[in-house]
Amino acid sequence: MQDTNPLYEAILTGQAKEARAFTEQALASGMDPLTLVNGAMSPAMDEVGRRFERNEYFVPELLLSARAMKSALELIRPLLTARGAQPTGRVVIGTVKGDLHDIGKNLVAALLEGGGFEVIDLGVNVPPEKFVATVREKNAHVVALSALLTTTMLSMKTTIDAIQDAGIRAQVKVLVGGAPVTKKFADDIGADGYSENAAGAVALARETMAPAGCQKGSQIVAQSCPLP
Amino acid sequence: MHALIRQLLSRGPVLTDGAWGTQLQARGLPIGEMPEGWNLSHPEDVCGVARAYVAAGSRIILTNTFGGNRCRLEAAGLSDRVRELNLRGVELSRKAAEGRAWVFASIGPSGKMLLADEITRDELGAAFEQQAAALAEGGADGLVVETMGDLDEALLAVAAARATDLPVVACMVFDSGKNRDQTIMGLTPEEAAKALTDAGADVIGANCGRGMGGFALICARLRSATDRPIWIKPNAGLPEIVDGRAAYRTSPEEFAGGAQALVAAGASFVGGCCGTSPDFIQALDQKLHAGTQVSPLLLPG
Repeated sequence: MQDTNPLYEAILTGQAKEARAFTEQALASGMDPLTLVNGAMSPAMDEVGRRFERNEYFVPELLLSARAMKSALELIRPLLTARGAQPTGRVVIGTVKGDLHDIGKNLVAALLEGGGFEVIDLGVNVPPEKFVATVREKNAHVVALSALLTTTMLSMKTTIDAIQDAGIRAQVKVLVGGAPVTKKFADDIGADGYSENAAGAVALARETMAPAGCQKGSQIVAQSCPLP
Repeated sequence: MHALIRQLLSRGPVLTDGAWGTQLQARGLPIGEMPEGWNLSHPEDVCGVARAYVAAGSRIILTNTFGGNRCRLEAAGLSDRVRELNLRGVELSRKAAEGRAWVFASIGPSGKMLLADEITRDELGAAFEQQAAALAEGGADGLVVETMGDLDEALLAVAAARATDLPVVACMVFDSGKNRDQTIMGLTPEEAAKALTDAGADVIGANCGRGMGGFALICARLRSATDRPIWIKPNAGLPEIVDGRAAYRTSPEEFAGGAQALVAAGASFVGGCCGTSPDFIQALDQKLHAGTQVSPLLLPG
């Protein structure tokens, strides 16, 4: 079997051109797209996440790796769709009502896509009813809420309440994050999980898709769970 | 050194102001509404915040123009009012200062990331030029480029600010990395100080961050890498939610307890960021001038 290490390295070091070229050539030579995903792309993004959490990678490295991942994924996704493969999970993401900040949310979205999730990005200043409607329409597995401001983080609670009131709370996991958000706050407002950073958010989203077993109490904590 | 900066520093460390956003919210600014819009709709409240800082002892007050760039105002549907909002912001601070404090106008980040191709360098530079020109036209005494996480964006803002010939303060946020002493992009204080000095900023600094605790070291490291005066505005730590509202646990006294260490580490301008209030500034004033004869204020103009 052909070695997928060059793709792993290209993603880890953020080389989009190399990642795409290798993927093109590997697919042309008949490699199974899933071998590329499972053998190189996912492990590479996992390592990017670990380096970010260890403070060895910063935002630029993270963005470049996510971009390299995406450039390879663009070639692979149509093949996977054609054979009826499902994404890892479907995530609806957005910055909550009243908050116009999107950098953190965009980072999480990029990493989630890199991690094989289908991401529906609702943008900034998203009203609770929009989250509710999209979760229903897209049959999402996860809702990821972002807020940068201490004042707007309270909109996270409003959003979770709206999801509850709409009777769809049981079908989605709600993850929250953003500079002022803490584990305690996530507990208080009834979120399913909280991550301190973008890389942790991907691990967290994966945990929610995995069968129960890694859940500590009612909450999922990214840092304390090993990656699958 | 810029003549005004030299004049300001001739009598020791200068007290700047505290947070604006949280103060406006205390006066009724609704959650999620752009504070800059209040320069037009609630000028008395904006002026009230500035006045409270002057009364608390601030010798430099900032302006309610942090998000006054085209990119941010666009998201709030105010992009056609950039000049007006910035002019008005300076005017309101000037009015509050009544000649008892200098007005340094705030320029915050765009919220767009160059690295992610969310905006081009030309667009970003033009947005800062537009804001800086309006602030200068409004009569600001200086410009403060603050809360920057990305050096490239900070450099574009500094270049735009310098084009006005006003003294320029350039501050970044160091809250990432293992020791919470790097920018989100991984830059160290030394690297930032050197680049901002090379770019011609008159004063170099750090603001926001993770509370007073880490700032003395960051200040010393900035100090070691530049010959420019240092500007430090820590926040009051990370907030907690109490009874459904954001609350900062740090008290004014605890905060002010770090002031002398900052000055010892080389800070020339000291104030507060998110979560601080006029009480914090007053406490800083007392600490900074404890046991010394308070010199008469240097009056603007």
